[in-house]
Amino acid sequence: MFISQNFEMDSFSQNPEFTIHSFFTFLDTTIMAVEFEGGVVIGADSRTTTGAYIANRVTDKLTPIHERIFCCRSGSAADTQAIADAVTYQLGFHSIELDEAPLVQTAASLFREMCYRYREELMAGIIVAGWDPRRGGQVYTVPVGGMMTRQPVSVGGSGSSYIYGYVDSNYRAGMSKEECLKFTAEALTLAMERDGSSGGVVRLAVISEQGVERQVILGNQLPKFSTV
Amino acid sequence: MASVSVCQYRPGGFSFENCKRNALLEADINKLGFSSPAARKTGTTICGVVYKDGVVLGADTRATEGMVVADKNCSKIHYISPNIYCCGAGTAADTEMTTQIISSNLELHSLSTGRLPRVTTANRMLKQMLFRYQGYIGAALVLGGVDCNGPHLYSIYPHGSTDKLPYVTMGSGSLAAMAVFEDRYRPNMEEEEAKRLVRDAIAAGIFNDLGSGSNIDLCVITKGNVDYLRPHDMANKKGVREDKVYGRPVTGSYRYKHGTTGVLTKAVTPLNLEVVEESVQTMDTS
Repeated sequence: MFISQNFEMDSFSQNPEFTIHSFFTFLDTTIMAVEFEGGVVIGADSRTTTGAYIANRVTDKLTPIHERIFCCRSGSAADTQAIADAVTYQLGFHSIELDEAPLVQTAASLFREMCYRYREELMAGIIVAGWDPRRGGQVYTVPVGGMMTRQPVSVGGSGSSYIYGYVDSNYRAGMSKEECLKFTAEALTLAMERDGSSGGVVRLAVISEQGVERQVILGNQLPKFSTV
Repeated sequence: MASVSVCQYRPGGFSFENCKRNALLEADINKLGFSSPAARKTGTTICGVVYKDGVVLGADTRATEGMVVADKNCSKIHYISPNIYCCGAGTAADTEMTTQIISSNLELHSLSTGRLPRVTTANRMLKQMLFRYQGYIGAALVLGGVDCNGPHLYSIYPHGSTDKLPYVTMGSGSLAAMAVFEDRYRPNMEEEEAKRLVRDAIAAGIFNDLGSGSNIDLCVITKGNVDYLRPHDMANKKGVREDKVYGRPVTGSYRYKHGTTGVLTKAVTPLNLEVVEESVQTMDTS
């Protein structure tokens, strides 16, 4: 599933219509989600750019879709906000019809439907993660193009390229919640260090049967690696 | 003569066919050396800040058409509802019309719900409309207001993405204004401090960005009250020519005094004219 997201972004910006002068806000970003026993940990950086200017340095890219289902957004800010709003509405309606909590797979399917149907017009890479009573914590990734697949750990956005090695070597099945939080925070920090389009603060969230716990790690509190 | 016509099913949504055609026409015109008429833009500095009791919105007042100032004192802070105002940057017509459309819809919505409209409602209406037009409506907005949930401030981009923040700037002068905000913003400021901060941010845009200029308008929105201060600060008053020079009025008078040019000779020749024909044309005064 090594779709080079960077390539898509580059050809996009080389298209003469989409120059830096146009107000294209992008969530060129780093997003991540990890499953653990009893829930999921999701994380994202907080930078939104228009060209070389940071339009919002404290963006919240972890968007609630339902009580215990979140999505991590990367790609075009406008497209992902619009898709997330639409899916939130559809899932809410579906949940009321069912009279029970929706499945994470349902939410992921709704995202996939929209992202695949309008793949030519949209630029959206989304990770859907949450907890439902039937299958526990799940992470589904819906990259640009509209594929959907379930993965125990998933990274996305322009900064993800820099941390595939770190994630592949450091992920172990059966990590605890605290270990997952540390793993996610460190991976995001490494990506933010190297990727110009990622930065700001690290936003984390833990979704489990008990609900959602959110935290923010500010710039000066990020884990430190090399002192170059 | 009956003709069979096939009903072609048109997929829903806005058709952007003409946009491609327009781009081609633009390229053709440029090849011939002409340029298409420039849309009037509000190359602009607009900003907003949330303070203790509400929000303060600020804007400059210059509207440009290419490199020429089309309007030296235009109003960029638009009314949305009694408790919500919106600053607009980008194409002047787009911001004007978009805010008017949403203002109208919001009033109908407010009558339907029987409640004062919320800022988040206006935000959602604006973002959904702008997303529908995929960025072709060039309106970058700063939306602010106070509702039952307190003061709110949103920035809305032409493609339909929005950010909810305590301080925002938009327009060509946004970088200059943001520099001022990043330096001096504090949460829960007093009204005077907030007004001074916004005034200084807009002034930074006016004096450092070519697309912004003239005066500073402010709009202070609190619970139950709106102060629309236009102009709040006439930062660029037009200079007045000096009234008197050496005791003589100078403004607009280029007459030299009698005797400046010496007269050498004078000859008077009467012209004897004969009246050939005389006709009277009455004026129609009905």
